[in-house]
Amino acid sequence: MVDEKEPKPDRTLDCTGLFCPVPVFQTRQELDKMGKYQILEVLADDPAAEGDIPSLARRLNIKILKIDKQKDILRFLLQK
Amino acid sequence: MIISGHRSLPLLVREEEDYVLTEQAVSPKKLALVIASGTLDKLYCALIMSTTAVSINWEAHLYFTFWGLMLLRKGEMDRASIDATFKGLEDTLKKRIAEMKYPTPYEMLRQAKATGRLFIYACTPTMGMFNIKKDDLIPEVDVLAGVPQFLDIAEHADVTLFI
Repeated sequence: MVDEKEPKPDRTLDCTGLFCPVPVFQTRQELDKMGKYQILEVLADDPAAEGDIPSLARRLNIKILKIDKQKDILRFLLQK
Repeated sequence: MIISGHRSLPLLVREEEDYVLTEQAVSPKKLALVIASGTLDKLYCALIMSTTAVSINWEAHLYFTFWGLMLLRKGEMDRASIDATFKGLEDTLKKRIAEMKYPTPYEMLRQAKATGRLFIYACTPTMGMFNIKKDDLIPEVDVLAGVPQFLDIAEHADVTLFI
């Protein structure tokens, strides 16, 4: 799943097994702890996360570096 | 810096990371909910919307009245049940919520409250009707309020819903 060229995340938030609104809320809490330009990796398997996390990112001006999916697990790389 | 937009509340000021848009920081969007229902499903709807709202820097203003107000009494929120029509599903639902490790309603409310962007109003006429005192309510209640105060909020809210 990890591409050697992609940036390494500074933190990882595992939201697998969690459902709306918890992934969005926890992603926001995690971002609050991070500095500008730091990268957060978020893992989620709630199907709603596919739209919810990008929606959060858009509203907070967070850059989405990558979204991929393996089996049912979505992986987001977000840069603050 | 973000300053709460409600004149009746103490100004809440908190430091924000610089990813918050300046315009939004001065005048955040608002979600205004009337929570008149006292069932678990409707309570969750309200709290899920509120949690999402505060996650994206909105303020969420929740006016609890009638059966919703009853859930603001200490110890009651996590005891909310579902409508008689669907009573047969209640045990399954509650078991599944526990298996999912889904936050209880009160946990969800407290987490959203901790952001500083959730405001809880308790309807005073309902309190009078059921002889409920302020001390009977959870400490997270911000204001004992009548409808005029809610309309002050709703007038400027971006989304207003009756639950």
